[in-house]
Amino acid sequence: MTQQDTQTPLIDLRDISISFGGIKAVDQASVDLFPGEVVALLGHNGAGKSTLIKILSGAYKRDAGDIYVRGEKATIANPRDAKDYGIETIYQTLALADNVDAAANLFLGRELLTRWGTLDDVGMEAEARKVMGRLNPNFQRFKDPVKQLSGGQRQSVAIARAILFNARILIMDEPTAALGPQETAQVGELIKQLKKDGIGIFLISHDIEDVFDLADRVAVMKNGQMVGSAKTGDVTKDEVLGMIILGKCPPGAIPGPGAIQE
Amino acid sequence: MASPNLEHLSDDARAGPVSRFLKATEIDSRLLGMIGALVLIWIGFHLYGGIVNGFAAFITPRNLWNLSVQTSSIGIMATGMVLVIVTRHIDLSVGSILGFAAMMMAVTQVNILPEFLGLGHPAIWIIAIAVGLLVGMLVGAFHGWLIAYLGIPAFIVTLGGLLVWRGATFLTTRGETIAPLDSTFALLGGGPYGAVGSTWSWILGVVACVGIVFMLLSGRKQRKRFQFPLRPVWADTFLGVVGCGAVLGFVMLVNSYPWPRGIVRQYAAANNIEVPDGGLFISHGFAIPVLILILVGLAMTFLTTRTRFGRYVFAIGGNPEAAELAGINTRWVTVKIFALMGFLCGLSAVVASARLNSASGNLGTLDELYVIAAAVIGGTSFAGGIGTIYGAILGAVVMQSLQAGMVLIGFDAAVQQIVVGSVLVVAVWVDTIYRKRAQ
Ligand SMILES: Nc1ncnc2c1ncn2[C@@H]1O[C@H](COP(=O)(O)OP(=O)(O)O)[C@@H](O)[C@H]1O
Ligand SMILES: [Mg+2]
Repeated sequence: MTQQDTQTPLIDLRDISISFGGIKAVDQASVDLFPGEVVALLGHNGAGKSTLIKILSGAYKRDAGDIYVRGEKATIANPRDAKDYGIETIYQTLALADNVDAAANLFLGRELLTRWGTLDDVGMEAEARKVMGRLNPNFQRFKDPVKQLSGGQRQSVAIARAILFNARILIMDEPTAALGPQETAQVGELIKQLKKDGIGIFLISHDIEDVFDLADRVAVMKNGQMVGSAKTGDVTKDEVLGMIILGKCPPGAIPGPGAIQE
Repeated sequence: MASPNLEHLSDDARAGPVSRFLKATEIDSRLLGMIGALVLIWIGFHLYGGIVNGFAAFITPRNLWNLSVQTSSIGIMATGMVLVIVTRHIDLSVGSILGFAAMMMAVTQVNILPEFLGLGHPAIWIIAIAVGLLVGMLVGAFHGWLIAYLGIPAFIVTLGGLLVWRGATFLTTRGETIAPLDSTFALLGGGPYGAVGSTWSWILGVVACVGIVFMLLSGRKQRKRFQFPLRPVWADTFLGVVGCGAVLGFVMLVNSYPWPRGIVRQYAAANNIEVPDGGLFISHGFAIPVLILILVGLAMTFLTTRTRFGRYVFAIGGNPEAAELAGINTRWVTVKIFALMGFLCGLSAVVASARLNSASGNLGTLDELYVIAAAVIGGTSFAGGIGTIYGAILGAVVMQSLQAGMVLIGFDAAVQQIVVGSVLVVAVWVDTIYRKRAQ
């Protein structure tokens, strides 16, 4: 980590704000992410985690604030822009087109084409079988619309889509919510693997054990504001819970604008 | 290869013979239902005519040939309506766009071009068609832009369009009908001279059969190359035999409807042919508008299943938000869908006005109802994301069969309207039930 601290961050979100009908869903939030690092975003339901990362992924337009990618100011106005920067997202809602099959979802918006310019469905299915085999070897339902798949299978499809295109930055919004323990462990292994490849990951999760197992740092949000961030080695689980519930910043953490002043 | 096939087998073993058959051939049960309904309608009208009116005239080469021609105009538009409804929109303006495009073409070929090129110039019909297609496409694109970029619901935009373009059609000629049209143009509407005859019909039929076999074989080859599970050989054979059988049956049907005696005499006199005592049997063969519909059906099937655009249309229909998050420019796709719908209205206008050899202010009135009904009967769901081109064309055949049948047995226009309106509502209701069951 010390060596990484000296590099320029992969992603630097600075003073991001957005409100929906007068409610400040995200209020002056800043957080950064370095290559090969996992930063866990924590906070209660409604704290603004999903909204913050949706600004990074281009799904929402921010009201204020700047996004820097590898030290340079980035223009992210829509999901296509974010993907061009190598930012891939697993949304909490999964964001799958329910009526088409797994391969079509994996390649949605980036279809493989034959030399005639038509869809290369066979090629896409072959790639899909490869990546799904890595994530969920039991998966065989390549011909069914994803609507007919189980929650876990759908989640695997959403994860597979995010890692298929050599993401440099991965956003995972509660990626294991619908998975069983075995598949959750598999996703944990995947995260460690991706980390080794130098990919930066924002991980939103409610499982504090998983977070301490996988994340290098935690960043805690409350009511749209950043309570603070800390290296997982510098704080205890109870202290992090204190940040989430009370908004109290422990000594090992760097306080943000949302920390209660004592 | 062994393991996926085994998996296929074990799946099959659990199902009954019918569902096993459907699964292996990948025929969807809705298609069978539609064909069943069509057969019932045909037999129903045939028997009704025979029993009540004393002559059964529905299932005859003459009636079915005419049915095929009448279906073309609605069928062409129905293929576009599939995309519109799949993306959870609606287009109520198709009949009015058709009327407007037809009027623009009529003015072009009758009032404008002959002055510059001279009457009967061979370029007239081509320019006229280009004008019609362009007008349709531009009107559609404009609707699409209002819907996608200004956020006005499609229902309102096209309801407005229904009135605007009908009004514009009447205004163009102050309500007068333009007739007759260019003689080459008129051939595109069908009729004895607007059909390709028996030899060409056989050639086209054989080409289609070769195409079917080729597609089945290349599908197998592709899947084998990637070692994916294959359809059983018997299922592919069955599909090939039924497909080719249907094509050749259609050829035989259109070839068994001869030219009327008057036309034959006229034709014989013009070409110095001796007409024998028993008369001369000259087949109609496929009518040109039917061939246009078939071409449109193939092109639209290709577009929806083999291209990015088609993939996006269905993804948007299944989950608009997900499509947007996947980086698809959903607004632009919407504009393209409505532009395509307008283009098809223009093409349909060619067929419809050529068939009547005229363009009137009323041409295409109420077509939106038939077109929407055709798409829905053909399995396009208002819930979005689901629909097929072949289904919509079959749906158009069903709607036109109802219409033609009612005319044949002498129901008057008021009754026809009641039936068509009810069928539309019932079709959507049945679809709703079907979708609920399927979940
Ligand atoms: N599209 C939206 N429209 C209106 N309010 C929204 C929208 N998205 C999020 N919000 C609001 O923003 C706040 C933060 O939500 P969210 O980011 O989903 O929280 P989290 O992911 O931390 O649980 C909530 O109050 C939520 O109701
Ligand atoms: Mg959330």
